[in-house]
Amino acid sequence: MRINISFMLNGSEVVVEVEGHHRLIDVLRDQLGLTGTKEGCGKGECGACSVLVDGRAVNACLYPALEAEGRSVTTIEGLRGPNNELSTVQQAFVDQGAIQCGFCTPGMIMSAKALLDSNPDPTEEEIRSALLGNLCRCTGYVQIVEAVRQAAVQLRDKP
Amino acid sequence: MTDFHYIGKETKRPAGPDKAAGKAHYIHDLVRPGMLFGKIKFSEHPHAHIKNIDISRAERLPGVKAVITAYNTPELRIGFLRDNFALKKDKVRQYRDEVAAVAATDPETAEEAIRLITVEYEPLPGIFSPHDALKDGAPLVHETDARGRARSDNVLPLRFHHESGDLEVGRSAASHSAEGEFSTPLVQQCCMGTAGCIAEFSMSNNLTIWAKTQIPFLAQRDFNRALSDMGLGGRNTRVIVPTLGGGFGSGLDTHTYEYIAILLAFQTGRPVKIVYTRDEEFAFLSPRQSTHTRIIQGCDSEGRLTFRHVEVLQDNGAYTSWGATYPSVMMLPATSLYRVPNVYFDSKLVYTNNTYCQAMRGYGNPELTWALESNMDELAGEAGIDPADFRMINCNEPGETTPMGLKVSTCGLKECLESVAEKLDWKKKHGKGKRRGVGMASLMHVGGSGRIYRSDASGLIIKLDDFGNANVYYGGIEMGQGLHTFLTQAVAEALGIRPENVIINPTDTGTCPWDVGTHASRGAFMAGNTAILAAEKLRRRIFEFAEELFPKEVAKNIKKLQKKDPDFKAPDFDVAAAAKRDRFELKDGFIFIKDAPAEGYMRVELGRLLRAIHFRNQGQMLTADVFYDPPNELPDFEKGYGNISATYAYGAQGAEVEVDTETGEVEIIRMAAAHDVGKVLNPQTLKGQIYGALAQGVGYALYEEIQSHEGRILNPDFRDYKIPGTLDMNFPIDLEFIETDDEYGPFGSKGVGEPGLVPTAPAIANAIYDAVGVRVHDLPITPEKILAALNKK
Repeated sequence: MRINISFMLNGSEVVVEVEGHHRLIDVLRDQLGLTGTKEGCGKGECGACSVLVDGRAVNACLYPALEAEGRSVTTIEGLRGPNNELSTVQQAFVDQGAIQCGFCTPGMIMSAKALLDSNPDPTEEEIRSALLGNLCRCTGYVQIVEAVRQAAVQLRDKP
Repeated sequence: MTDFHYIGKETKRPAGPDKAAGKAHYIHDLVRPGMLFGKIKFSEHPHAHIKNIDISRAERLPGVKAVITAYNTPELRIGFLRDNFALKKDKVRQYRDEVAAVAATDPETAEEAIRLITVEYEPLPGIFSPHDALKDGAPLVHETDARGRARSDNVLPLRFHHESGDLEVGRSAASHSAEGEFSTPLVQQCCMGTAGCIAEFSMSNNLTIWAKTQIPFLAQRDFNRALSDMGLGGRNTRVIVPTLGGGFGSGLDTHTYEYIAILLAFQTGRPVKIVYTRDEEFAFLSPRQSTHTRIIQGCDSEGRLTFRHVEVLQDNGAYTSWGATYPSVMMLPATSLYRVPNVYFDSKLVYTNNTYCQAMRGYGNPELTWALESNMDELAGEAGIDPADFRMINCNEPGETTPMGLKVSTCGLKECLESVAEKLDWKKKHGKGKRRGVGMASLMHVGGSGRIYRSDASGLIIKLDDFGNANVYYGGIEMGQGLHTFLTQAVAEALGIRPENVIINPTDTGTCPWDVGTHASRGAFMAGNTAILAAEKLRRRIFEFAEELFPKEVAKNIKKLQKKDPDFKAPDFDVAAAAKRDRFELKDGFIFIKDAPAEGYMRVELGRLLRAIHFRNQGQMLTADVFYDPPNELPDFEKGYGNISATYAYGAQGAEVEVDTETGEVEIIRMAAAHDVGKVLNPQTLKGQIYGALAQGVGYALYEEIQSHEGRILNPDFRDYKIPGTLDMNFPIDLEFIETDDEYGPFGSKGVGEPGLVPTAPAIANAIYDAVGVRVHDLPITPEKILAALNKK
């Protein structure tokens, strides 16, 4: 059975027709063409599909599309500013060399954003714990942790 | 030391912002008009005869456009021994054998169609260990070879062997010896972006394939051969490489799913996409081979190695991919890590009914170094010599020619060992026991590409445009390691323009010159050397044209200034007389005469000069193409001799660990790594390579293992196949780069892509031994194995 749902996506309201078994990632990637959210495992084990639902990081591959009704969803596409500007967290990943193949990057950045939104001054332990569900095979995480630290400092210094 | 503008700087990754914004397009994100979705039906037995395949129900499912098997398609033999088939006929030899495939209008229909295919099998006895494969009367995995000749055993017809010196002399000269047997497991590359492709035919039957590959040109050759086998002889393949979600060796061969997509695309006349799910990737993509190594080494009373005997047995699985040639790399450390005069190396590869294997980062070197460097500590123990001192006594030195004929141009191993010992506070911490310990291990690897084909070359084209940009066409693969970052720096440095004016074009066999592939840590070495050669060509031509055109442009500059300021007087310098090709310089995108007054108006922007060269009668546009084949040799692998690489990379890593003797858990307190990289090209990407490789080494050491029972993969997901996460890597890594300024490397550098994971596992194992006095010989070193060893003690 197909059902219409509406939710806020990156600040604008969208209405989509979904089926009960559709996952949020299917709606984002296949129906809405937002391919920035990556599917790395389909089982909630790698975090490549992390998006924010009402400000909380969730795995879009486990999240039922129907559950998005009336909620606010933020994807990697929603972080970019006007005139093609990267957000502070995104820029920090570029600056610190935290990106290699980049497949885990959007999910990693969304988890980092969720952390910094709720905890502006995280310790290294808190950064590592917040990113526990996001796997990266390229970097060994050192420069990713440095990127989150840089973003935290810059966001705190922002007026 | 040359004064570099961009080499050694932290130039940013060109695709970084797109990747951070979710705008980089991986195979998963690509869509072609009219595209169908392919899905594969895999075997339900590890070894069986195929009695019947019923595809009738799948064919009737609405939305299904093609159902193919080996019985309704041309036979496509694949693999370098031609022992594999795109689709299997008569017999399956592993659980991942492809028996049928479908193309449908959406992925759900394709999946449903696969479920509707039924296959009748007659099971056969299987072989699941290489030791069983060697037993008398063992079932044959392949009854015949590719030419149809009967086979009598399961041993592959590949010989990698080396003997040098006299082993008996070495044995009698030894005061101490140590023997050990070591094994390594099947390990998955675990690219975060799974494997996949899109195949599409034009009406002239030329094929375009978007492939997740590290070898676009060898893939083109393989696919052209398949086209020929499909009755499309003379037709051509264009391989386009999208953004890669990791490589790590997984792209060093063509894959069955690619041939299946090609067959489906031809049959339907529509583009067909096949992308593996994570479960499929674990179960049906080739992992790193498992190995069993027996090693004996001996040394004299002074601690000098007198002999080394190494035998390796590898489980090839059911078919042969390039991974079968691991021993071509294993023989490097076996013959040439440390100075050892008498060496025996032999390897045997056998077929089993396990999943077949392929390349992964390090390509045999981590497997061999695991045995060698663990055994070095065992021998040091026998000889009563500190393991760090023992390594220093036997350390390689620049200028050596090793028993394999490797010519060591530069070697920083000694400095690497000293660095690691110092960082670990070795003298104070080693040998104290009490559940805390330190350990170290060394590595050597190819550092100047590695010739394993007749050609070890790379081509590169630079096309200058009217705006001073260098458009680069290069066949090497950016898979995350930072090849395009360095290529940008190298072109900017060698040509004399700014990095923002270097544009790296997508890898495409239709536009880029030939390249053997991005393997053997050769990416930066080859990209740098080709960039330098192409830049030299362009600079020569630019300076030739400048003799005539530069003075005219400077005259225009001066005229403009005089218009603004009538009193302006140009200095007394005869530009026309000085405008000689060998007196020009190009830097940061400006051309000038080296000894002219350093005034702004005496410089001409490159784009302006290029426009002057272009827009006039019989004008020209400047393009340079180069093809570079490095100064190395294709070894005779049966004799184990030949200088396979132009230069060699060295390094050492060390670990401090704490072992919980109640649970067997190992905690890494910290790690140290020192690598001879020749020259640091970009500190940020270089650190990223070592941190990332070291993390893979930690996984290899402590927990990564594909578990299987009678050929069936038991842990095809990240819950049961653990790779290191943020908390597993929560320890300091103290990194140091040793610069040896190699004469063959671009700007003095050596390859570094693989070395970072080569010595990690033995360094950790040696630290565990130092902590609790037990040695685990079989990777991964799980808590269960440590407890079992402690209980035995």
